[in-house]
Amino acid sequence: MKTAVEIANDVQTGATTAVAQLDAAYVAIEARNAELNVFLHLDKEGARKIAQAIDARVAAGENVGPLAGVPIAIKDNLCQTGIPTTCSSKILEGWKPPYNATVIDRLVAAGAVPVGKTNLDEFAMGSSTENSAFGPTRNPLDPSRVPGGSSGGSAAAVAGDMTSISLGSDTGGSIRQPAAFCGIVGMKPTYGLVSRYGLIAFASSLDQIGPFSKTVMDSAVLLEAIAGHDPLDSTSLPEPSPSLVSHVNDGVAGKRIGLVKELYEGADESVINAVMGAVAALKEAGAQIVELSIPELRLGLSAYYLIAPAEASSNLARFDGVRFGLRVDGEDVTAMMEATRTAGFGAEVKRRIMLGTYALSAGYYDAYYGQALKVRTLTINAFQKAYAQVDMLIGATTPGVAFKFGAKSDPMEMYLNDVFTIPTNLAGDPAVSVSFGKGEENLPIGVQLLGPGRSEASLYAAARVLEIADGRS
Amino acid sequence: MSSPLSRDDVAKVAKLARLRLTEEELTTFTGQLSGVLEHANDMNSLDLSALEPTSNPFGLTNVTREDVIWKSLDRDAVLAEAPDAQDGRFAVPRILGEAP
Repeated sequence: MKTAVEIANDVQTGATTAVAQLDAAYVAIEARNAELNVFLHLDKEGARKIAQAIDARVAAGENVGPLAGVPIAIKDNLCQTGIPTTCSSKILEGWKPPYNATVIDRLVAAGAVPVGKTNLDEFAMGSSTENSAFGPTRNPLDPSRVPGGSSGGSAAAVAGDMTSISLGSDTGGSIRQPAAFCGIVGMKPTYGLVSRYGLIAFASSLDQIGPFSKTVMDSAVLLEAIAGHDPLDSTSLPEPSPSLVSHVNDGVAGKRIGLVKELYEGADESVINAVMGAVAALKEAGAQIVELSIPELRLGLSAYYLIAPAEASSNLARFDGVRFGLRVDGEDVTAMMEATRTAGFGAEVKRRIMLGTYALSAGYYDAYYGQALKVRTLTINAFQKAYAQVDMLIGATTPGVAFKFGAKSDPMEMYLNDVFTIPTNLAGDPAVSVSFGKGEENLPIGVQLLGPGRSEASLYAAARVLEIADGRS
Repeated sequence: MSSPLSRDDVAKVAKLARLRLTEEELTTFTGQLSGVLEHANDMNSLDLSALEPTSNPFGLTNVTREDVIWKSLDRDAVLAEAPDAQDGRFAVPRILGEAP
C-alpha cells in the first residue's frame, strides 16, 4: 500500500485521482471488514463528493494540500456532520452530530477524504476494543488477537491496508498501545496541540487526538495538518501548528536519551530485547544513552484510574436521554434517565462512572481524587527533573505483544496493560510508539519515545532513526 | 485487608450515577471496584501534603474571549437529533408530582 505522502503526490500530479483512491480504499475495506469489524459506518456518498471536488481543483491547477485525495479513517468518537457517531455505545446509536470536529474541517482543508468511522472500546474506555457495543475489532496481523484499544479500529484500518492513515484519541495510551499491537506508528501529541472540539469527551484533562500511520513521515504530515490553536477549545495551546515534517530526517546525533527502568521493567523478555535493540540503534546513530530510574512513574496507574473515571463520571452525565440518542421511557424524568443509562451503557462504562462518582463523593474526595491530583503533580515534577538531564526518554509501549480475545477478563489486569503509557497523559507530554522488532508468533513490538511538551519534532526524528534501523526505509 | 467498598456503598454510588444494578451486578462491581481502590493504596500511603494538585498540565487558567456574536448550532438541527422535542425545546417526562 502506498503512503499518504505518495498518494497525495500522485493525486496532485495527476498520476491518479482522489476518486480512484477512494474506490480502492472501499474495495480494501469491503474485502476484510466483515471479518475484522474495523468500520462501524462508511460515508460513501459524502466521501465521493469530497473526492470529486479535489479532482476538480487539481484539474483547475490548484495546489490542494499535503493530504490531497488521501482516504482517512476516523475514530467514532469524533463528530462529523450528519454521520452517525456512536462512541461504540448503544446510548448514542442513531445520533448524527450537527457539527464537525475541528480536526475534520482541518483534514478536509488539507485535502484528505474521510471514508468512515472506526470501532473503539465504548467511550474509549478499554485496551482491546472488546468493550465495543458493536463487537470487537480483530487484529489484521492475527485475527485471533485484539488490535489493542481503545482506538483499535483506527489502528486496524492502517495495519489492514484499508487506509494509509487514520485518527485516534489517547487518554491513557489509546493511540500508542494499538499502534504497538498492530505494528504501526501512533503519536499522542502534547495536550492542547490538537483541538478537542468535537471529540466526545472521556477525561477532558487527559484526552488528545493523534495520528496513526505506517510511516513516521506520514504521521508528521497528518499531525502538522490537524495541529494548531482553535478558539473553540479553551485548552488549546495558543500557537499555530508547529513545523514537524521538516525535522523528520534530523537524526539523533548529539541527543541525550534516557533509558527509563520503570518504562520496561516487568515486560516480556522479547519486549525488553526490542527496547535494548532500539537503544543500540539510537546510540549507533550518535545519541548518548543515559540510564535513569523514575520511581514516581509507578504511581501513575493508580492516579490515572481515579482521575480518568472521575472526569468520565462528570462528562458522561450528559447522556441522560434528553438531548442525544437513546431514550428508554419511565414514569418520571428520573426513572427515564435511570432506565436510559442502564440500558445504554456497557459494563466497563458503568464501572468507570461508579468508580469516578465514588472518588468524587463527599468523604472520599480528598483521599482518592485529591490525592490522585497530587500524584499527577509528582509525576510532572519527576518528568521535569528527567528532562533537565536528557532530551527524551525511551521505554516499551506495552508489557507484551497483542493478546488473545478474552485473555484479560479481570478489569485490573486489563488496566495494567496501560502502565507504560499512562504517565505521559498525566504530564500532558507527547509520546510516540514505533514498531521495532518482533515478539512471540512474529507479532510486532512497540518502542515508546517520550519527550517534554512540544517536543514532537525531536520524537519524530528519533522514531525515524528506529524505523530505518528496523529495516523500513 | 478488608474490602474498601461494601455492597451498600456501590448501591449508593449507582443511585447517584443514575444507574440501576441487578443483585448479580452489585456483587461483581463491588469486587472489581474494590480491586481498583486497593491498587490505589500505593498512592494513599504517601505524604503529599507539600504538593499542589494539578488539574491542567500546563496551568492554563481563565481563558476568555471577546464578547462577540459567534456562529452557533442551528436549533432545529440539534432538536432533530433529540429523542423528543416540542415547541423548539427538548421535551422530557413530567418532573413535578402533578401534571399541569
